[in-house]
Amino acid sequence: MSTDLYAVTVLGHDRPGIIAATTAGLAELGLNIEDSTMTLLRGHFAMMLLCRGGSDVAAIERALAPLAAGGDLDVAVRPVAAGPTPAAGGSAWVLTVHGGDRSGIVSAVVTEVAAAGGNITDLTTRLAGDLYLLVAELDLPVDADVAAVERAIRTAAERVGVTATLRLAEADEL
Amino acid sequence: MNSERVAAWTEAELGVEGRVLDVVRAPDGVLSARGADVDPTSADIVQLAADLVATMRVSPGCVGLAANQVGVGVRMFCVDVVEHPKTRTQHGTFVLCNAEVVESSRNERAREGCMSVPDLTGDVKRAARLTVRGELPGTGEKVEFSTDAFEARALQHEIDHTDGLLFLDRVAGAHAIYPRQTYL
Repeated sequence: MSTDLYAVTVLGHDRPGIIAATTAGLAELGLNIEDSTMTLLRGHFAMMLLCRGGSDVAAIERALAPLAAGGDLDVAVRPVAAGPTPAAGGSAWVLTVHGGDRSGIVSAVVTEVAAAGGNITDLTTRLAGDLYLLVAELDLPVDADVAAVERAIRTAAERVGVTATLRLAEADEL
Repeated sequence: MNSERVAAWTEAELGVEGRVLDVVRAPDGVLSARGADVDPTSADIVQLAADLVATMRVSPGCVGLAANQVGVGVRMFCVDVVEHPKTRTQHGTFVLCNAEVVESSRNERAREGCMSVPDLTGDVKRAARLTVRGELPGTGEKVEFSTDAFEARALQHEIDHTDGLLFLDRVAGAHAIYPRQTYL
């Protein structure tokens, strides 16, 4: 069996049956779904999945064409070449940022994470009324000065009028 | 330990009528700032204690309310988890001033909401065994007591408010935040 990996994204107007139709098309081609994520962003359907198997981009696009036929869903398929970057072995953190909505909050905060060599591994933002909320999971390098990183993030957050909290991600080993 | 004293306390001891106040919502800055320590015997704090209980009573499902949530940046809150199904140990209705956690253990993760964050809920890990100390409004008595389960969670949530923290600051991760369902 081929080990080719493909990324499929489906974006657009939400309705029942999108996942069923997408996965049926992939199953017909014998593709195996590996990691996937799906959510609603302000009510809009957003799904990304990685599938593996002996197919090609054109065949996958043909199989999923009926999904996009209504004009309210965008489907994109592309091959994934590079393997994942191995984890650096640092420490895992959860960053919460919240405050009044305005432009530039995410950018101001994640710039500081990047400057510290931090890698964001998961990110959710929500706008609820006037409240803007960002929750990010991130890895900091082994040699990171965590107190300095936290200060830089807090200072950047204050400049855009929001508060930031950085906490060690806790995993209970059972 | 003063468990019995806290359990026996009621807002009738305050001797003033509570008024229902408006609850402020995030991103109001009063929710993100640590409150000032209070004199639990002062008249305005006694009145605010009664107001917090009165406001909690008229708010459906409300099991606790901190002074910051009614726009007053001081370290005081009320709690009443008597009716909640997840409650084990409980001390009825009480108000604590200048409260702090003495000891905590046995973390458990559960979904929380907050009147000041009406559109979101989140999974938060909190201690299920807790000892707190604080002062009772009116007499100013210092009390220290232990509790567990849902009352422990409510106390930690309220003490966080007095420190300027929301449950959002403690959510377990990027996928631990949920929009509240709205039914049209």
